[in-house]
Amino acid sequence: MMFVPGNNPGMMADAHIYGPDSIMLDLEDSVTMAEKDAARLLVHNALKTIDYGNTEMVVRINPLNTPYGKKDVEAVVKAGVDVIRMPKTETAQEVRELEAEILKVEQEIGRVGETRIMAAIESALGIVNAYAIATASPRMMGIALGAEDYSANLKTNRTPGGAELLLAREQIVVAARAAGICCFDTVYSNLDDMETFRKEVELIKTLGFDGKSIINPRQIEVVNSVFTPTEKEITKARAVVAAIKEAQAKGSGVIAVNGKMVDRPVVLRAERTIALAVAAGVISEEEAL
Amino acid sequence: MVTIGPGEGLQVDLQSSVAAQFGRQIKAVITETLEGLGIKDAHVEAVDKGALDCTIRARVTAAAVRATGKDVWKD
Repeated sequence: MMFVPGNNPGMMADAHIYGPDSIMLDLEDSVTMAEKDAARLLVHNALKTIDYGNTEMVVRINPLNTPYGKKDVEAVVKAGVDVIRMPKTETAQEVRELEAEILKVEQEIGRVGETRIMAAIESALGIVNAYAIATASPRMMGIALGAEDYSANLKTNRTPGGAELLLAREQIVVAARAAGICCFDTVYSNLDDMETFRKEVELIKTLGFDGKSIINPRQIEVVNSVFTPTEKEITKARAVVAAIKEAQAKGSGVIAVNGKMVDRPVVLRAERTIALAVAAGVISEEEAL
Repeated sequence: MVTIGPGEGLQVDLQSSVAAQFGRQIKAVITETLEGLGIKDAHVEAVDKGALDCTIRARVTAAAVRATGKDVWKD
């Protein structure tokens, strides 16, 4: 998910060329108060006009308790945005308030139920309430960590190893998995240190995240290379899935592949490996069958 | 950048790096946007550096909203 400032029409027009899975146009922190009205109109018109293809379009709105939040919701829902990212989410009630605002606009334009919600969790209270937030609405598609505000709220600083974020990251993954939705990690803002960035992406993949927020197209290749399964992993996963299909056809639940017993968790991991390979475009959907 | 002031009818002064190729189209987008907002009298000064139509629409709307104090979104 690539962050793009909502007050930069050039970047908004070009962002999808670099091939991110999703683009998040920002109306919140990257836009000054004096520019909120103009950025809202730029984002509205860009969403309505530019063909972003299969790229998922997300807009980070301003909080509803500011003078900008409700107008942001109206502008982006009327433009047909896929996902609204709600910043600084601390309670399930805030999600329900956003849901009500979205529904009002959707009813006005006759497009009910199409807009999904991603909640950014950026405080200790938000982390404590992560599961309640994740399950607050059927529109919830994911939760994401906002590490800068979270670290400040914890009264600590961000470090290259990310020790200060460990609990928050684990809590977000567990809450998302329990709720059956996606989870996304925070941004890494030092573009001159790609080595530490890669280590961070490897860490969050190991923790179970579905993806990483990025601030520059240069970071896309690193994220894709970490999340894309290797040829060896894909071959192994396909062998597992093929073997379990054969076993099921014979009425057996337990199988062995290359001499190792394969049970349900192994099959689930193999299926996810194949799904990631399809999403990354290294195998086609037909090849995955 | 788009500036809107009082005028009679819709007058558009355009400075654009692509005026020779797209000047007529850019002026049409500006005029249509203002008409869509119900504005019939205005003097518009626009400085363009090759923006997309959707950007021009957004810039003109923002200038009109600021000039009239009448927003396009609900309060």
